[in-house]
Amino acid sequence: MAESHAAEGFSLAEYESGTEYIAHHLGFLRFGKLPDGSWGFAHSTAEADAMGFWAINVDSMIMSISLAVIFMGLFYSIAKKMTSGVPGGLQNGLEFLVDMVQDTIKNTFFAKNNLIGPLSLTIFCWIFMMNLMDLVPVDWIPLFAQVVAQDSHLYFKAVPTTDINITAGFAISVFVLVIFYSVKIKGMGGFLGEFAFHPFGKWALPLNLVMELPSFFAKPVSLALRLYGNMFAGEMIFLVIALVGWFQLPLHFAWAVFHILIITLQAYLFMMLTVVYLNQAHTKPEAH
Amino acid sequence: MNLNATILGQSIAFAVFVWFCLKYVWPPVIQALTERQKKIAEGLEAAERAQRDLSLAQNKAADDLKEAKVKSAEIIDMANKRANQIVEDAKDKAREEGQRLIASAKSEIEMEVQRAKEELRAQVAAIAVAGAEKILENSVDQAANEELVKKLASEL
Repeated sequence: MAESHAAEGFSLAEYESGTEYIAHHLGFLRFGKLPDGSWGFAHSTAEADAMGFWAINVDSMIMSISLAVIFMGLFYSIAKKMTSGVPGGLQNGLEFLVDMVQDTIKNTFFAKNNLIGPLSLTIFCWIFMMNLMDLVPVDWIPLFAQVVAQDSHLYFKAVPTTDINITAGFAISVFVLVIFYSVKIKGMGGFLGEFAFHPFGKWALPLNLVMELPSFFAKPVSLALRLYGNMFAGEMIFLVIALVGWFQLPLHFAWAVFHILIITLQAYLFMMLTVVYLNQAHTKPEAH
Repeated sequence: MNLNATILGQSIAFAVFVWFCLKYVWPPVIQALTERQKKIAEGLEAAERAQRDLSLAQNKAADDLKEAKVKSAEIIDMANKRANQIVEDAKDKAREEGQRLIASAKSEIEMEVQRAKEELRAQVAAIAVAGAEKILENSVDQAANEELVKKLASEL
């Protein structure tokens, strides 16, 4: 591949089998320490896997941040000329989103916190935008990246939420906020006491710990894995559909229509669970 | 599952964008929403107040109308009375005036009669003298008979 693009510029990548096609689409553009000790982009899946923790998925970050910049920029430009009079079309859209988020918060969050609104809005819109990339035909964005980079073998993953690191980034941030507010509201003693003396009282302390700690740490794990799993599976099916020739058009359409539901639902679910977890952080558990 | 530093990158980006949203996007939207809510509430209240005012005004208008009707009836009554009175007064005055005219005419007639009588007397005296002259066929001493003739005339 390297010789060909050196000789005649850019040419489309050719795949020997469907497996290779799918494997290539699932690979990351990963920057990290190469086996020879220098820093650079991984050229193969094996190289990427060998990079360990101190590597970064550049494609996920580029997509994630540029999507965030797009919708935040849009929101900012709308918010700057916000009017309390008759709203225009875009303002209406933003107000609809904010209303939706506020309704959710009103129904599930019973404490007072100024962060929860913007946090939920950001989570919902950002995850929705990233999930939305799933509906872009699977080859378009990678191909665009390959043309830009003039490298027909470039790995580029278009849907950031199919990267466990991105969803884990969200989940861990939320988890940190949960711990922060738990300690802030209940104090360190109250926060730890919930694990020790709940649900069975102080005489069953070990049992309490065994029951409460896993359920506490399951929160971020389930948050991250649910979103990742759903989006990864959806992306995988798009890739498989992309292999079946002309029949892919109706199949792709059908799956995409169904997927519109999934991506919205997953974004909403992530936001909803964030609000629920933060609400738990703000309130004491009921006495048993 | 290849967890790597992308988690950190994403967490930092997440913090930055949440901060941005908190600082620049959320407040104006919420402010606009609250303001509009207030405006709508005020508008509704104003509409209600206007309706109340309207019904009050309608009641007042009905009352005024009733009062005006009563008053106008009174005025018409009074005017009728006044008109009758004026007519009566005019009749009285006319009657008086007529009587006065009649009285003056009567006195004038009286005076005229008196004057005619005087004239007649004078003429009768002259005629009587002339008649007496004719009868006597001679002139009588005018001065001697004057008294007699005057006496005769006053007896007329």
